[in-house]
Amino acid sequence: MARTANGIVWTVVLAAAVIASVTFAVTFGPAQISPAEVWGSILHHLGIGSTSLSPLRDSIVWDLRLPRVLTAGAVGAGLSISGVVMQAITRNPLADPYLLGLSSGASLGAVAVLLLGSALLLPFAAFLGAVIALVATLLLASAFGRITPGRTILAGIAVSALAGAVTSLIIFWTVTGDSYREILSWLLGSLAGARWPAVGIAFVAIIVAGVPIMLSGRVLDAFAFGDTSAATLGINVNATRWTLLTATALLTGAMVSVSGAIGFVGLILPHAVRLLVGPRHRLLLPLSALVGASFLIWADTAARSLFDPRELPVGIVTAIIGAPVFAALLARRRVSS
Amino acid sequence: MSGLDARQITVRLDGTLIIDGIDCSAPAGAVTALIGPNGAGKSTLLHALATVLPTSGGVIRFENDDLLTMKRRSRARTIALVEQDASTELSLSVAEVVALGRIPHLGPFADESAQDRAIVRSALDTVGMADFAHRDVTGLSGGERQRVLLARSIAQEPRLLLLDEPTNHLDISAQLSTLALLHDLAVKGVTVIAALHDLTLAAGWSDYVIVLSAGHVVAAGATAATLTPRLIDDVYGVHAEIVERPGQRPTIAFSPRG
Repeated sequence: MARTANGIVWTVVLAAAVIASVTFAVTFGPAQISPAEVWGSILHHLGIGSTSLSPLRDSIVWDLRLPRVLTAGAVGAGLSISGVVMQAITRNPLADPYLLGLSSGASLGAVAVLLLGSALLLPFAAFLGAVIALVATLLLASAFGRITPGRTILAGIAVSALAGAVTSLIIFWTVTGDSYREILSWLLGSLAGARWPAVGIAFVAIIVAGVPIMLSGRVLDAFAFGDTSAATLGINVNATRWTLLTATALLTGAMVSVSGAIGFVGLILPHAVRLLVGPRHRLLLPLSALVGASFLIWADTAARSLFDPRELPVGIVTAIIGAPVFAALLARRRVSS
Repeated sequence: MSGLDARQITVRLDGTLIIDGIDCSAPAGAVTALIGPNGAGKSTLLHALATVLPTSGGVIRFENDDLLTMKRRSRARTIALVEQDASTELSLSVAEVVALGRIPHLGPFADESAQDRAIVRSALDTVGMADFAHRDVTGLSGGERQRVLLARSIAQEPRLLLLDEPTNHLDISAQLSTLALLHDLAVKGVTVIAALHDLTLAAGWSDYVIVLSAGHVVAAGATAATLTPRLIDDVYGVHAEIVERPGQRPTIAFSPRG
């Protein structure tokens, strides 16, 4: 119960951290821009006051950096929420949209439709790819007996590898010239191309899929002791499972369609937030979203500034942080089982 | 009638007939023990009565309600099931686990009220785990976890309480206090059905027994009249002697047959 009071404090602190992260991340880059100038530009474009920035510098803020940072925040939030749901529904602490193959499936869907030349269908194709990958992973994991966390991860790796290979193949066959870069950005994740349409897709996904998920915290709590236990608490287990997993696939698909397959976000942040406020989902979901947003904003800022002027795919940054976390979780599981 | 009345319950799991058209009943305000050898179908029947396993046909009535067609949430406010060996990966505190029992009573977005928290505390008190309220449930022993799950079911405030081997993992004093607790709940009007493999506990603490063997009910009725040495010999294949001492609960002494 003390955790609830802490929860309000954490919500305020972490929401403030997201706003600060957006502000300061936009100031990073070759052109020197102050936090005040960032807000001057934002307010100017919202029709409040006028900016002191030159048109060129204002365009750097408004057209380049801000949409990229906002996309990073929304993608981080969406992937974190997806991770929480998948961990709760599959009762697998190692579940994450990337490790279970959803992200690679979504990438494949996105790349396939992109090369057919329809950017409008991109999020839907990514969603479809994520759903197919999720179903494939769960079928593969259950094909030879009971679904266990280890089996699910292995199935996810297989699905991921196949989807990644087909994605690379499609790009090889159809794109000429600088195709390696494009392959990398879909397989490893990159926010380099994020402009306002990406912000739109990511925020719509958060509102359409993320918010309803965040309101189902108590339902996810009911799954703590398994399906039977959830059923005795009045939960319609199958309907809930498939609704939430579909919402997760929608969320992941939308995020991947603007950023490629960024790994480990859904794994790292929920576990970190559980250490702060415990595992109850009513708090865990919104706080994971907030922390995920700040995390990916800074991971992307690092990706574009560390080796400036060259840019790393942000997925490399998240993997460097995420892989040790994954290893630590594995080590802990060995002890507990 | 009041209490539980089930007719023609049939359960198939993966195509195998586990429960074959069982009729059984359990009166309100009493502890009914569900007994029978391993594999008789005790656990399956209990899950079917809790309506968490699909039955092929049959009717389960409880106090004038048809449990199979009742709305999920009102059903969850009526029935609680204490599973055997249920566990979680989540580091919930003991109080948070017990608070899960309040889910059927809360609106989807409502916060737990002071009353809900009082119910949680009192449930923890009842099972003697009040001092554990802030402990991490994943660090508890099997017996402690069993008592926490019992507290969760009490916090659910059911009128029908089903328990699958509730004395598993418990030391003898916790076994006796658990059965005394079930007796107290029954006295307050709850219909209690517990699958038990320990016949001595069943003989000493249940008011009624339902005896299962190979998916059928082979005997049912008031415990003293039903749980006889002859029945135990028939169903379990062992020699039994009921030991009754004035002022004490009966016990059973067993020996191999022949």
